[in-house]
Amino acid sequence: MSELLVVDRRWIARGAERSSTTRFLLWLVPWVALLALGIYAAGLCLYYGLNQTNMDNRFAFGMWIFLDLAIIAMGAGAFFTGFLVYILKQADLKPILNSAVVLGFICYSGAVAVLMVDVGQPLRAWFTFWYPNTHSMLTEVTFCITCYLFVLILEYIPVLLRNRQLRKVPSFLVFEHQLHHLVPVLAALGAFLSFFHQGSLGGLYGVLRGRPFAFRQGFAIWPSTFFLFILSAIAVGPSFLILVTAAAEKLTGQKLVQPGVFRKLGLISGLLLGVYVAAKAIDTLIWLNITSRAVGFAPWDFYSYKPFGSALLFLEIVPLGLLPAFLLTVPLTAKKRGWLLCGAALACGGILLNRFVLTVQTLALPTLAFDEFLKYIPSWQEVASFAGVIAYGVIVYSLSYRYLPMFGRVKGADTNVSVG
Amino acid sequence: MSARYGMVIDLDRCTGCGSCMVACAAENNVPPATSRATPRTGLTPMLVRKVSNGADGAAKREVFIPISCMHCGNETPCVSVCPQQAVEVDKATGIVMQMPQRCLGCRYCMVACPYHARYFNWWDPAWPAGMEKSLNPGVAVRMRGVVEKCNLCHARLHSAMEKAAANRKKEIDPADYIPACVEACPTGAILFGNLADKNDGVFSAAHSPDAFRLLARLGTEPKVYYKSGQAWVRALAERDSERAKESEHV
Repeated sequence: MSELLVVDRRWIARGAERSSTTRFLLWLVPWVALLALGIYAAGLCLYYGLNQTNMDNRFAFGMWIFLDLAIIAMGAGAFFTGFLVYILKQADLKPILNSAVVLGFICYSGAVAVLMVDVGQPLRAWFTFWYPNTHSMLTEVTFCITCYLFVLILEYIPVLLRNRQLRKVPSFLVFEHQLHHLVPVLAALGAFLSFFHQGSLGGLYGVLRGRPFAFRQGFAIWPSTFFLFILSAIAVGPSFLILVTAAAEKLTGQKLVQPGVFRKLGLISGLLLGVYVAAKAIDTLIWLNITSRAVGFAPWDFYSYKPFGSALLFLEIVPLGLLPAFLLTVPLTAKKRGWLLCGAALACGGILLNRFVLTVQTLALPTLAFDEFLKYIPSWQEVASFAGVIAYGVIVYSLSYRYLPMFGRVKGADTNVSVG
Repeated sequence: MSARYGMVIDLDRCTGCGSCMVACAAENNVPPATSRATPRTGLTPMLVRKVSNGADGAAKREVFIPISCMHCGNETPCVSVCPQQAVEVDKATGIVMQMPQRCLGCRYCMVACPYHARYFNWWDPAWPAGMEKSLNPGVAVRMRGVVEKCNLCHARLHSAMEKAAANRKKEIDPADYIPACVEACPTGAILFGNLADKNDGVFSAAHSPDAFRLLARLGTEPKVYYKSGQAWVRALAERDSERAKESEHV
């Protein structure tokens, strides 16, 4: 045990204040247990098949797809912060960049892991690259997410190599230095890939001609949900970053970033959210009055089934859209940490609801005149697998926080903050 | 050969006996359902649904509607979404083909299908001891984790084409290619043929005043037509019709 304590202290950056080894291990125990349960549940799904889930022929997508779409939107903070810092030269956001990269890496790698369990034949995943259907939004999603995950790994490696012990390896230093030069290119590439896959995730449902609740008109080959997903992801990414950083500050009892960083992220998030809500409202009006009417579906065909009533649409647009946009933008509330965090939480809640509506409500609603409204409740294996992903995220973030320079200059670590 | 194979199902003749479902399963090596299967996890490339007009007492009317893949001919929803080209429309026949060997099991095509006519293999296929001897050697068994659906008994089309080739003919004899469900229907409710051939009985049936297609307004040009002399049944074609309130699987 004493050796463990020594090793732990050696790997923490010199001068950095971190909790005791025992306390840190105690913090990790429940998350490791949850991760183990998640791996067991995912193992059941892989070994016995997807009959371990409560999905079926009618509810062919379930909780996993909903939460995948949600965490990928939350992870947008990574590429968008990189875009703001390196492309738009917002240098004051640099202190939070490493944290954004780690968060993005967690969200994307977690989503890809869940997707691998969610398909019936995971060993055939490479078929998409070998026999790509260029008309499919899922092909676009697969290509962009895979490429962007590699970009995130390349962005994460330099953060990793700044660890106190790893820096002692000369070749690692050289590698990190070389990668550092690539950072602006990676940020630009990441932004390009992310814009596309966030959009194609929206397009995934928007192109479904056979599902009038999801189908949307659009521009060229892209339905309007393509653009709405990009907008909502870049609006909510900074909010999620605020929430996670604030949670880290609370848990560690340390001030990790200057209040100005939160204010700026909040302002960006709020403004973009305002634009998104306006675009979403216009899109909803066009869809309800023109697109779905043209194929014989009236608004009450979508909103007369409880609990998916029109209240859900109102909740998404006003309390979880306009309200957080207001709280994050108006100086009176944005200056106060409590209101800022409240606005960020509501914004994240709004995107969660949006992804839920598009994935779950679409499948619950009838299409044929004699179809019934469907219900679906995920099995414990589905819940546990996803809980495992959350545990994985907490563990990776905790380890990164403990051993890597996540926020600004850490005394004694001899490092500048950057993606690379 | 350039055809548009399709079906016209006379709902006034359908008794809901389920022969078409059984014949389809036997022809296409669909395994028996496991004890854990539900109506929503079973494999039923042909599914007969019972639909009521929602009235009570003497006014109550019911109809049986056999549902299979509609082999959509325009912007086929399942084809464009498949990420690895496991679904395609055969230009020579108009049949929407599923290649289970290439299927990833992502189920995006199932989400895209407005008719819910696609099925996922939730379990490993298994037959009671001895029953495997009754399997159709012309049809490959599908593995767990892939999607399947009606392919208009494509193995029978292959046999018909082989027979035509052996006889040095370019076209198949229509009598040699009849899907199992059509063959099994005891009331002759299902007509099958080439919708592009004006001399084919299925062409005139599809153009009769009583004929209709489900969700035709979506613009996907389904090649399965239905026929009924009852107005309330014809009204089931679209959602904004006089709606039936009760529906259940047979």
